[in-house]
This record gives sequence, structure tokens and C-alpha cells, in this order.
Amino acid sequence: MTDQFLYAVEVMINGLMAGVLYALVALGFVLIFKASGIFNYAQGVMALFAALTLVGLQQGQVPFAHLINAIFGTEVHHFGWHLPGLVAIILTIGVMVLLAIIIEKVILKHLVNQEPIILFMATIGLAYFLEGFGDVMWGSDIKTLDVGLPQGASFWVEEKTAILGTDNFYGFFIDKLDMVAALVAAILVISLTIFSQYSKQGRALRAVADDHQAALSVGISLRFIWVLVWSIAGFVALVAGIMWGAKSGVQFSLSLIALKALPVLMLGGFTSIPGAIVGGLIIGVGEKLFEFTIGPMIGGATENWFAYVLALLFLVFRPQGLFGEKIIERV
Amino acid sequence: MKDIAEGYVTADGRKIGGTLMEMKNITLRFGGVVAIKDISFDIREGEIRAIIGPNGAGKSSMLNVISGFYVPTEGEVWFRGEPRPQMRPYQVARQGIARTFQNIALFKGMSTLDNIMTGRMTLMESNMAQQAFWWGRAQKEESEHREKVEKIIDFLEIQAIRKTPVGRLPYGLQKRVELGRALAAEPKLLLLDEPMAGMNVEEKEDMSRFILDVNDEFGTTIALIEHDMGVVMDLSDRVVVMDYGKKIGDGTPDEVRNNQDVIDAYLGVSHD
Ligand SMILES: Nc1ncnc2c1ncn2[C@@H]1O[C@H](COP(=O)(O)OP(=O)(O)OP(=O)(O)O)[C@@H](O)[C@H]1O
Ligand SMILES: [Mg+2]
Repeated sequence: MTDQFLYAVEVMINGLMAGVLYALVALGFVLIFKASGIFNYAQGVMALFAALTLVGLQQGQVPFAHLINAIFGTEVHHFGWHLPGLVAIILTIGVMVLLAIIIEKVILKHLVNQEPIILFMATIGLAYFLEGFGDVMWGSDIKTLDVGLPQGASFWVEEKTAILGTDNFYGFFIDKLDMVAALVAAILVISLTIFSQYSKQGRALRAVADDHQAALSVGISLRFIWVLVWSIAGFVALVAGIMWGAKSGVQFSLSLIALKALPVLMLGGFTSIPGAIVGGLIIGVGEKLFEFTIGPMIGGATENWFAYVLALLFLVFRPQGLFGEKIIERV
Repeated sequence: MKDIAEGYVTADGRKIGGTLMEMKNITLRFGGVVAIKDISFDIREGEIRAIIGPNGAGKSSMLNVISGFYVPTEGEVWFRGEPRPQMRPYQVARQGIARTFQNIALFKGMSTLDNIMTGRMTLMESNMAQQAFWWGRAQKEESEHREKVEKIIDFLEIQAIRKTPVGRLPYGLQKRVELGRALAAEPKLLLLDEPMAGMNVEEKEDMSRFILDVNDEFGTTIALIEHDMGVVMDLSDRVVVMDYGKKIGDGTPDEVRNNQDVIDAYLGVSHD
């Protein structure tokens, strides 16, 4: 095998790893969209908020410290504890469930049967509110997230694969964090699929996604299902926030991972779980390979736009998404 | 009308019990439209109760009030001898009241089997935590529900379409699956909104047979809306007649048929 080919393979593997993460973020969108017809603009900010909360809780930050100090003239900042990663994660899951309950009670409940565009607007409002709220609660400085995930390149992989090429080839360079992220995302996707296919709540979720009236008539509480999907979406956001945050710090730009999910949704469709997964992988691999092969010829930095162009092309030829059925309007 | 305070026995020997549900002075307004105007009637245990009336009379609205989809502007709904607090539709369903819809509301992407299975939602015991940690038990429960569902499928003679996504089925079969889903809940009270609309004669006969069998075999109380007078006369024990939101008749099919107000309403005699 030529080194050139091996590099391409390495790029592809890295693309797959990134793709799994895109798929994860896209999955958050799909879950909410399927169950309630809402395109949740706030999904990215939820990832940011989850990561902020995780760091804050872990490092014993006092929430709303600025506000409290400004009002009471105090100087509180830290509780003085440092929680183990797992404990902080579990607490953060609790916060995300609480957030889901509040979103349902304060917003969704009042918007039942409204036009989708109104609901979309509501989530835009939610996104900006949550962004500001996160700042006020935890401060706006860049934070490092460390829940004990491995960092750096895997020497093991490098060593084992070095023999594949010539002397110039030192083996595949694969980030350990990416490997963990891919593994976690894969487990999450599989368990979500099993949950939705085989559990009572999963069946209820599919029922609500299919027909609200029918779901009500068989005794399903729409509001419970909404809290459930928003909780799951919050959990997915947390996982994405951890992976991304561990990589590049917890800061505003983390919320932009939502932009990475958009082309995935264009590709895979808004209602298909397999679509989100395969779409994520295609975008991940596609953008890395394109950057590797064509990128150097046209000055690089293609990763910003390539995914959208690819998705647009797909959209033109398969508007129903990868796995959607072609809809022929009855006349 | 004969005295029925403590229940009665029908001509074909079915025993009808005491009051299961009672609507007391129900009024329902949508803005300026009065869909139901001060209507009272009861539904007795074990009977087949029909609600008839011209288009727009308020029949579906009445069924929606019973099933919790509409909240009455005034009046009370009594169930099993107690006034029912305001309830969401899913809570009504959990009380043992199942329904079908005039415009069919099925889970179109799911198979016949899954649709009917979903009808057992209220009877499924194990919660999320149990399902996560007690896989075996959840599996056992699932297979018990599956058995019941298969029985319903046999009963409704729809074995051939068990695995078909219901969105692809013809209208008549969809109505049948929807009935199956309602039956799966093993309801105390079954509400059917025009179960035979849009069916051919043969399909209507099948559906009539299923309704009678359900009532007879399981003692299920049934309230149904139907336009076909022949069907109504054949099936029902007692009939409520509505017109322009008002009750204009209530009694056995024979009594109702000879009621002058009812005859006028159906012949389209002008109102005042
Ligand atoms: N959700 C609603 N909002 C506004 N008006 C409604 C609503 N539901 C019913 N109505 C009105 O209430 C009246 C009674 O309607 P309903 O559907 O109960 O009649 P129906 O007897 O079932 O008629 P059909 O035989 O055509 O099914 C109609 O004037 C209808 O327009
Ligand atoms: Mg109607």
C-alpha cells in the first residue's frame, strides 16, 4: 500500500469519528422534531449550557455568583469542592431534566397547536435566553472541561499501524478523545434505538411522533412525552458538549456545533434516526476527504462550507432525505 | 318509555345494568357557535347507545366531551356515580374509555400489529426503570400483551394485514384496525364516531357484527354515532337524537322513529 493511500485512510477514519459526533448532535434535533414537530434551534446552546453546568458543578462554582455578589456585596465564588467527573455528569443530567420540565411548563404548554414557525421562533428565543442565562449563572470566561477523558494521539494505534507503510509512514494518527467520542456516541445511538423500538415509553414516543390525537386516545400524555424527549435531547446535548468541550474548551463557539448538524439533517431528513447517523458519517468523511484531496488545490479551509454544498446537492436530488419515502401529493 | 331505573333485560336477552355515565346539562360553545346546548342523557352499563342527528348537529362534539378532547363550557360529566373532574384525554383513556375517530386517527407509519399493541398502553405495567433493569420481566409482559393483541386480530379477521403499515390500507380496513386498537385497551366504555362511514354494504355488515359481538361477548358498553338509520335501528338499545346542538329525542329506536320532532329534523322542516 502506498503511503498516500494510507494517509487517505487515516483521513477517512478521522472523518468517521467527527461524523459520529455530528450524528449525535443531529440526533438531538431529530428526536424533538419527530415527537413534537419542533425544529429546536436551541439544541446547540443546550450543549453549551450543559457543558457550562458540568464544569461549574464539578469545580464547585457558585451559580449566579456575579449577581449574588452585586446585590449583597458579598465575595462568594466557590463552594470549595471538586467533584469526580461521574458525579458531576449525573448532577448535570438532573439539571438537563429540570430544564426540560421548565421548558415544557413555561413555553411548550402554551404553544400547543400553534404553527410550526411560531414554535421555531420560540426555540430561537429559548436559545438566546439560555445563552444569556448560562453566562449569568456560570460566567462567560472560557473554561476547560476535564472529566478524565484521555487526550492526545493513541500511540498504540500508531505503533500497530506503522508497519502498514514504508519507512516514512509512522502509523495512523488518531486522537484518543475522538475514539472515546465515537464509542460513546455509538453506544448512545444504539441504546436510543433499542429504547424507541422496544420499551413502552419508546412506543409511546413513536406514537406521539406519528399522530397526536391517536396518541392521546390510547392514554399517552403528550406533556410527559415532551418532557421525556427534551430530557433525552438535553442528555444528548450534554454528551456532545462533553466531547466538544474536552477538545476545544467550553466557550460560546461550542454552541455552533449545531451548525454542523444542519447539513446532516438536510442529508438524512429531519425525522429519521438512521438518516441522522448515516448522514453524520457521510458529512464527516466527505468533508475531511475533500479537504485532503481537493483542499490544497483551492486554498484549503473547505471544511466550513463543503458540508453545506454536499447537503444541498443531496437535497436537490433527494428532497425527502436519505431514507425518506418519496412523497407524491394526492390530487 | 319503560321504567329502567334498576336496569332491564333486552328483547334478545342481554342484561342492561345501571347508569355508567351521565351527561348533566352539557353546553359547549366555540366562540359564537353553540355546538351543544344544555343536553342531558345517560349511558347504561352493557348497552349500545346511539347518537344520531343531521350534519353539524353536535354529535362528534358530544363524543369529544365524553372522551375529554373538548371541555364543556357548562355542565357535568358523571362516571360510575361520581362527578368527573376536568380531565385530559389521556386521563380519560386511563379510566377505561376508548374511542375511534370520525376521520380515522391511526399511527400511519406503524403496522397493524403495532397500532393495536399501542392500544394496550394503559394496561402496560412496567415503567421505564423496570424496563431498563428488569429486562426479563418486561419481555414477559410484552409477550402477554402480544397474545391478547393476536386474539383481537383473529377476532377482527385481519391476520392478512398484521405487518402492513396501516397508511397503505384501504379505508374500510383502517376503520377496522382503529376499532382493534380501541378494543385492545379492554375498555369499559367504547366510543365509536361513525364506525361505518364510507363503507360498502358488506363492510358495514362485518362492522355491525363486530360491534354486536364485542358488546355481547365482553359486555362492553358502547356509544356510537351513525348516519345509516337502518344500522342504528338494528344495533342500538337506545338512541339520543341531536339537532342544531339540542336534544330532540331520546328512547328506544321505535320510540325515536315515531317522534315528530325527529321526523321533522330528518325531513329538513325549517326551524321556526
Ligand atoms: N374544534 C372546533 N372549533 C370550532 N367549532 C367546532 C369545533 N368542533 C366542532 N365545531 C362546530 O360545532 C358544530 C357541531 O360539530 P360536530 O362535529 O360536533 O357535528 P356532527 O354532528 O358530528 O356533524 P357530522 O355529522 O358532520 O360529523 C359545528 O357547527 C362545528 O362547526
Ligand atoms: Mg361528526
